[in-house]
Amino acid sequence: MARPLSVAEPMKILHQGTAHGPMLLLDEPLSFWGGFDPLTGIIIDVHHPQRGQSLTGKIALMVESRGSGSAPGNLAEAIRLGTAPAAIILVQPDINLAIGARVAETLYGKPCPVLAVSPLRFQALSKHAYLHIAHNGDVGPALDEA
Amino acid sequence: MSASSKAHRLATELVELAAEIMEAPRLIPISFAHIDACFYTGQSHLDFVKFLLANGATLAVPTWTNNSVASVDDSTFRPPHIDPQMVSGGHELMTLYASLGCKPTWTCAPYQLPGGPKFGDHIAVGESNAVAYYNSALGCRTNKYGSYLDVACAITGLAPFAGLHTDEGRKAEIHFACDDLPEHWKREDTFFHLLGHIVGKISGRRIPVISGIQAASPDNLKALCTASAASGGVELLHLVGITPEAPSLDAVSIAREKIAIPPQDLTLAQQELSTAGDGSLDCVALGTPHFSISEFATFIKLLDGRRVRTPTLISTSRAIREILIAKGWLKILEDAGVQIPVDICTYYAPKIQALKGHVMTNAAKWAYYAPGMLKVQVSFGSLKECVESAVSGQIWRDPSLWLNQ
Repeated sequence: MARPLSVAEPMKILHQGTAHGPMLLLDEPLSFWGGFDPLTGIIIDVHHPQRGQSLTGKIALMVESRGSGSAPGNLAEAIRLGTAPAAIILVQPDINLAIGARVAETLYGKPCPVLAVSPLRFQALSKHAYLHIAHNGDVGPALDEA
Repeated sequence: MSASSKAHRLATELVELAAEIMEAPRLIPISFAHIDACFYTGQSHLDFVKFLLANGATLAVPTWTNNSVASVDDSTFRPPHIDPQMVSGGHELMTLYASLGCKPTWTCAPYQLPGGPKFGDHIAVGESNAVAYYNSALGCRTNKYGSYLDVACAITGLAPFAGLHTDEGRKAEIHFACDDLPEHWKREDTFFHLLGHIVGKISGRRIPVISGIQAASPDNLKALCTASAASGGVELLHLVGITPEAPSLDAVSIAREKIAIPPQDLTLAQQELSTAGDGSLDCVALGTPHFSISEFATFIKLLDGRRVRTPTLISTSRAIREILIAKGWLKILEDAGVQIPVDICTYYAPKIQALKGHVMTNAAKWAYYAPGMLKVQVSFGSLKECVESAVSGQIWRDPSLWLNQ
């Protein structure tokens, strides 16, 4: 439905905000409904290679999300409970995650920025242990890493 | 005025955000919505609709509701004590969406009710099987709108003009040919569930066109759309000579890839959808999506006055149940020991008590999801096999059905 970004268009803000945290690269797409438990922040999809890992407070990098119409509700619920990732960085822009983050910010005033970046930028970001996202969408290694 | 309310501003923001991500050049007026945000998944769902109600939200178009977690009127199947938060949250959410002005249909098969959208109408739908059915069988135009965005479209009366709303976005990208399959197979109800499972798995989110099928009833199209939406992510499919946008292959297809479905694929699909072998049975679960009147007519004919020995659940909508009552069929079914849950489906948690051990279903979607969600073993079969198995208490396989030869 939405196309990935080109090289000339390195970043798109799907939901604005600042964030800071350890980077977690997801090896496969994750569905936020059925694959993720908002009560604990843990990946529960039995077919996911990172089953059992927590997303809480991480800057989660995933190429794309696995589509589910119930994903926005689960992301919003995790943001409400404080179990959500600190931010989500994608290659494939995702409407469900953008909507979930936007609604949660309106209801609870808690940010969870969602960005889409080019595949090259994604690859570069996945090499850092900590990331920082600025309000204007600039992403880079965080100072903690130095 | 509602157009300037805080709720309307949030709804507009959400629709515009989706339009930006989809790169839609503009928004398009819709005439109908069927929302999924009324299915309780947590406190945030309640907070969202409470925010809308407190801030002046009104609906711009007729808006119908998908299944709920639990029925408000009938607590037989999911009584509050089995999961107090889910059940009472589900009830509260139903009340709130009714106050917002939704028509309380509580069904995943809204297209079986009168008064819905027509060919060419732009609409906003969330439930996957309903998205596929409205687009494919009726020629309405909708993308799959997730929770919150579905309600935002209903409040604004607008949707992003992109994807399946556009002519070019509705062309088939992959072609399945059924010419090698024997004609008598294609007349079986179970054929369409199995074909949908295969087509969905291969298509993923692409739009398939299927050729080589001479006839398909609304129930057949429901099975095909639902199975392909579950195993893949199909939101629109075309059947050459049957669905309204596909008078010919050329009219609808830009597909470069053609796949001839070999007979053995249907047997493999049947095996994939069954996690259990034959033997004794604990429950039969039908009605995913909600059973239609014609499906009930077939069921009653197959039952032929006998009682079921195995607990048998047939999910449907409250509107269809009204017709069952008017026809005197509800009494026939209840006297035969068949239970009819309304407003809900049975494949998701919290688990309905009768659903344990080894369950038989005729629905590919039920067979696809239930083993993971309910920790049950599933046997997939035709409606006739389900009825005979329910009566005998043992899995019965139809010797005249190709799958069993």
